[in-house]
Amino acid sequence: MIASDPVKSETTQDAGLWLRAYRRMMMIRIFEEHVNDLYTRALMPGLAHLYIGEEAVAVGVCEALHRDDYITSTHRGHGHCVAKGAAPDRMFAELLGKEAGYCKGKGGSMHIADPDTGNLGANAIVCGSAGIATGAAFSSKRLGNGRVAVCFIGEGALGQGVLYEVMNMASLWKLPVIYVCENNLYNEYTHFSEATAGDIAARPAAFGIPAETVDGQNVRVVHAAANRLVGRARRGEGPGFLLANTYRYTGHHVGDISRDYYRSKQEEQTWKAERDPLKLEAARLIAENLATPAQLDQIQTEVKAEMDKAVQFALAAPYPAVERVTEDVYA
Amino acid sequence: MPEAAVLTSAAVRELTLGEAVREALAEELRRDPTVLVMGEDVAEAGTAFKVLSGLVTEFGPERVLDTPISEAGFTGIGVGAAMTGLRPVVDIMFGDFVGLIMDQMMNQAAKVHYMSGGKWKVPMVLRTTLGATRRSAAQHSQSLHAWFCHIPGLKVVMPSTPYDAKGLLKSAIRDDNPVIFYEDKMMYKLKGPVPQEDYTIPLGVADVKREGDDVTIIATSSMVQVALGAAKMLEEHGVSAEVVDPRTLWPLDEDTLVESARKTSRVIVVDEGYQRYGVTAELAAVIQEKAFFDLEAPVKRIGAMQVPIPFSPPLEDSTVPTEKSVCDAALALCGKA
Repeated sequence: MIASDPVKSETTQDAGLWLRAYRRMMMIRIFEEHVNDLYTRALMPGLAHLYIGEEAVAVGVCEALHRDDYITSTHRGHGHCVAKGAAPDRMFAELLGKEAGYCKGKGGSMHIADPDTGNLGANAIVCGSAGIATGAAFSSKRLGNGRVAVCFIGEGALGQGVLYEVMNMASLWKLPVIYVCENNLYNEYTHFSEATAGDIAARPAAFGIPAETVDGQNVRVVHAAANRLVGRARRGEGPGFLLANTYRYTGHHVGDISRDYYRSKQEEQTWKAERDPLKLEAARLIAENLATPAQLDQIQTEVKAEMDKAVQFALAAPYPAVERVTEDVYA
Repeated sequence: MPEAAVLTSAAVRELTLGEAVREALAEELRRDPTVLVMGEDVAEAGTAFKVLSGLVTEFGPERVLDTPISEAGFTGIGVGAAMTGLRPVVDIMFGDFVGLIMDQMMNQAAKVHYMSGGKWKVPMVLRTTLGATRRSAAQHSQSLHAWFCHIPGLKVVMPSTPYDAKGLLKSAIRDDNPVIFYEDKMMYKLKGPVPQEDYTIPLGVADVKREGDDVTIIATSSMVQVALGAAKMLEEHGVSAEVVDPRTLWPLDEDTLVESARKTSRVIVVDEGYQRYGVTAELAAVIQEKAFFDLEAPVKRIGAMQVPIPFSPPLEDSTVPTEKSVCDAALALCGKA
């Protein structure tokens, strides 16, 4: 473990950063509310895995990255894309299978990729991108371009052996990669404690990879820890592991409505009431006089307008011509 | 440069297939600083088959990189490295180990380009081996190339001579797609003419290894050598056999195969993979779809026997196609059995 730096000193020095982070979290929240709405109105095909409740992790981490740093994402990946700077209109277009989407409609919700923001792609295989992220870090080191790679994984990925293979090599070769493990408590419909033996942070420690464990509902502590790990990686000091304890407000996917058999409504309500990353950050911004309630309302209004416009763009956008189906199989 | 011209030029030497592979890698490592070789014991050991001996001396351990015994992990790292500016040549010692890396190849490498709408590319080569009769038993002897042929987004290359190995490997390394390059471990000592100069053989162009009139033997990898041996035996029976080598199973040069089938009207397909749902099934289907009315007989398939490859030498030898089994099949097809 790296000793936790005092967060307080960082919290007040950059009001712009925290306001930007708040806006990004709001973007993810409202983006996902639209996804839920589109899906339940049968306007969105396929599957939708919502990131609501976990916004502080993606935003706290991505605010520590440069635009050309790499990320890989998961099936629950919309938040990572937004946090890394993707345009919501093209994301919605991809979710609806439209030509204007980031992947021309060929990837969909679970595969958004965007070289312009360093997004190597979301992945529908649990832990499927651990190799890719580590390989991107390998390239960065070889090419000396100073980029770091962040591999977002859920705690379910701790069950995949390939994670330990690449963590071993990342440490051996001092690669600039940060494994960000979002522990939202549930491997799909199973509490992680039923699937995970031992201590999570002991895993990276076994490979000599520095690990930090943070409250994933507090964007500032996530950011502070990410900054430390990214800084080390960028200086050539090797990989890092960030365990962010968080919570998935909704089901495994939008259709996962009846959740009583694996968790209680009381548990969900407690997290929403007491641990909401947006509410907590709003309270801090107001308490520190970094924003007024009216300013925060204004942010919400602006984000809502932006997202409404993005959804309208995607709904109106055309589907790809069927002839496109055979394009892009080979480069 | 046409192949005939290349092969008659002054700077042609006899190399083994293993040496041809090494020369192709060395030339590409010299030509392009983004090329690197990674895998288990590829550096000082030069691989278990000694194919890469000496490369680390010239290019250093940064570009000829030993990995832990973590096939899925280092193949995945190869995929990510290929997406972000390098051209890795990943070495999987025995083809049987591809079971460990399939997610990286078929869900990741094969699909990245398509899923990203053509934005990311994966210019990597996976070198691995096939071939039985090395007395290595069921987990070190399989020929599983059909698995990769099944997946859109991958290319599969199967050289049968040292000349083809050098030219095809250089094309594979320069290709912007994931390419699986299969070397038959029983052919590493096979000698043949190889030009010293830089040349490439395009992927997707078959080669007629021997011209003939009565029967076409379509064969892959080391089975091409078996087919050429069978063709000699057939000569003694008055049967003129044409041997066609697809050289790459995807992309597949259907035209050359079909043209030969039309010419001879009898076709045998020989491949060391399992026959059931395998390469021979696909190639036979191509011939029957495109040359059915030119055929005098159903297409005959010869592949590995449908058993795990046994250890005991007489048992193992009975599982793979031989010159005699191919010759006998051709005689039967020609009504001379």
